[in-house]
Amino acid sequence: MADVQAPRVDASVKKRFLCVNRKTPYGTIYALEALEVVLISAAFEQDVSLAFLDDGVFQLAKGQSTAGIGMKNFSPTYKALGDYDVRKIYVEKESLDERGLAPADLMEITYEDEAEGFAEKPLIRIVSRAELSEIMAQQDILLNF
Amino acid sequence: MKFGILVNEGPYTHQASDSAYQFVKAALERGHEIFRVFFYHDGVNNGTRLMVPPQDDRNLQQAWSQLAEKHQLDLVVCIAAAQRRGVLDAGEAKRHGKDADNIAPGFRISGLGQLIEAGMVADRLVVFGD
Repeated sequence: MADVQAPRVDASVKKRFLCVNRKTPYGTIYALEALEVVLISAAFEQDVSLAFLDDGVFQLAKGQSTAGIGMKNFSPTYKALGDYDVRKIYVEKESLDERGLAPADLMEITYEDEAEGFAEKPLIRIVSRAELSEIMAQQDILLNF
Repeated sequence: MKFGILVNEGPYTHQASDSAYQFVKAALERGHEIFRVFFYHDGVNNGTRLMVPPQDDRNLQQAWSQLAEKHQLDLVVCIAAAQRRGVLDAGEAKRHGKDADNIAPGFRISGLGQLIEAGMVADRLVVFGD
């Protein structure tokens, strides 16, 4: 596909993009197409992070199986986000609590820290609603999906 | 101010397309610049010239196309989202062996990089969705 294009803008422009994921993974296409945006954004060397809140926390649930619904299970792609230079994945604690989920119910997503001999480090940070609000306020671009 | 616009919902089912159109029109009338309008998810359906709404209703595709012609707007439909939903230009139709295309005048099909670029270039990226 012709999806990846070299940016023709000033390469020194670096903005903070936050992809906000609020919906269940398979009930609508938003989760899948939001992920596609994040993967493409890596080519532009922007400061990209992701937030999962409301029903969006289900996107990171462990052990997803789509065999019964005839849809593609794209959840393994989240595990590759570290390779796409994503360094921050925020999950809202209140959203987990409200849905009876704990951090242990989420997939393990790691990145290799170049500064420390490529040590594997967790990408997911559990944050409170108030903290996430602050994080949103610090962004240049909010992409709501 | 220089705006980038993201339209995430299809016409008629959601108000988002109408709101985006009204916003763009008003911004241009006030002398602002619209760097690009990017159509994603079902928003790509704004760009099919085959829509035929009732005569006493607005025609969103025509509204966009006319606005684009008047102001040289860059209306970009996401290629991956468009292919899923059957919105094709002549080149894509040929490439995929389809017997027709339906992209509307003033719209062009391109990649998601165009959305990221709009975010980088614009002073504000305004998202219209649910």
